[in-house]
Amino acid sequence: MQALTLLESTAFELTVQRLCHELIEDHGHLGSTALIGLQPRGVYFARRLKKELLKITGEEQITYGELDITFHRDDFRQRSVTAAPATTALNFSLDDRRVVLIDDVLFTGRSIRAGLDAMLSFGRPRSVELMVFIDRRFSRQLPIQADFVGRSVDSIDGQHVTVEWKESDGVDRVSLKQMPR
Amino acid sequence: MSDQLSTKHLLGIGELTPEDIELIFRTADGFKEVLSRPIKKVPSLRDITVANLFFENSTRTRISFELAEKRLSADIINFSSSSSSTKKGETLIDTVNNILAMKVDMVVMRHPDPGAAVFLSRHVEARIINAGDGTHAHPTQALLDAYSIRERLGKVKGVKVAIVGDILHSRVALSNIQCLRKLGAEVMLCGPTTLMPRHAASLGVRISHDLDEALRWCDVANMLRIQLERQGGDGVANFPTLREYAMLFGLDRRRYEAIGRDIVIMHPGPINRGVEITSDVADSGASIILDQVENGVAVRMAVLYLLAGGIDRSVRQ
Repeated sequence: MQALTLLESTAFELTVQRLCHELIEDHGHLGSTALIGLQPRGVYFARRLKKELLKITGEEQITYGELDITFHRDDFRQRSVTAAPATTALNFSLDDRRVVLIDDVLFTGRSIRAGLDAMLSFGRPRSVELMVFIDRRFSRQLPIQADFVGRSVDSIDGQHVTVEWKESDGVDRVSLKQMPR
Repeated sequence: MSDQLSTKHLLGIGELTPEDIELIFRTADGFKEVLSRPIKKVPSLRDITVANLFFENSTRTRISFELAEKRLSADIINFSSSSSSTKKGETLIDTVNNILAMKVDMVVMRHPDPGAAVFLSRHVEARIINAGDGTHAHPTQALLDAYSIRERLGKVKGVKVAIVGDILHSRVALSNIQCLRKLGAEVMLCGPTTLMPRHAASLGVRISHDLDEALRWCDVANMLRIQLERQGGDGVANFPTLREYAMLFGLDRRRYEAIGRDIVIMHPGPINRGVEITSDVADSGASIILDQVENGVAVRMAVLYLLAGGIDRSVRQ
């Protein structure tokens, strides 16, 4: 089945840049901000954001962590396989931080729910926002919306949105595929 | 890489594939991280009930399992034979079926009879985890031992492990041999002939009756406990005195220093201090005895989590 490319190369770069600027516009100085990438795919987006933000702001560092949500999933026994965990690297307390959860695709909202749940083991943030690269509207199963959105995509069941990153996949690209029935 | 165990129960190491063990270790890595968080609890087993059936005394295994279950948010029932109807003559299957009638999903069992866990798995509808059955197997101990070696040395494959002491009565030794061999480690058993199983060589291990020789050979020495409660069951003493045993097979500072290089010291606990190992070695930097205890919780969480993953909510009785 042919894949439809939604976003690539310059447009892709610009979208990342715009999200960085939106975050800076909203947060001002990033001193109390903590970026948290959700495993497994959100961390590629989060790492890119961190790199770009450091470039734009000229800061030495940004508080950054990666969070695995495997043990907090609600579909643990509905999936045909047990999900093996990825790594959590979050070595700071979230108390009083402005947390930005980062994922590549917002679909049903269940991963984000699990992410919120997992995150609370690390403290009580002042606020939590959600940044996603792709928002698949009309697919939500939980009342969860993103604060920062790279691109909204209207898709139907049976379609699959894939985000590829230069660092891990060799190319920056968002594509839409029809999954075989 | 597989994401699922090839087995429904954990009865012994024999039925696990090397991929299963690797999956358990990777999952345990995740739980080790969870255990370092300010809030050390995840909701994975929120809807699972686990019965801990201990027909034989145990402190650390029971506490370790109980803690692992609580960290995973499972509901738990504790049962020990000293306070139960088994004293009134109830059979094992009846006892367990009565507990399962109360909608229990998993059973963690310690039992004095070898094969009790296998027997149970054939007759009841629940996931069984063997927490030690007589002198037969103690799979979670073997897993946490290998996991601790992997953590300290970065690998298990090719590592030389000496298992020293009361091999004959030790379920830890048997499970450890199987687990280490599956992961590609070399194993040597060391102990007096009276405490060596007759067909030990058929397990694919080296055998020595000289502790100094074993220590010179190995990278890791796992000092087993002399099982005083199991000695002399056949009316014959296996060694003359504890003092003599300690002199010949006890690890002390002098012996350790004579090796001339660093090796890793392990002990499954509880320690008979001054018998199989002296305090100065047990408490030294070479010892990972307390790491073993810490890793035990993470490894048991991984086993519970992976086995529970196969429980289908829709067909549960």
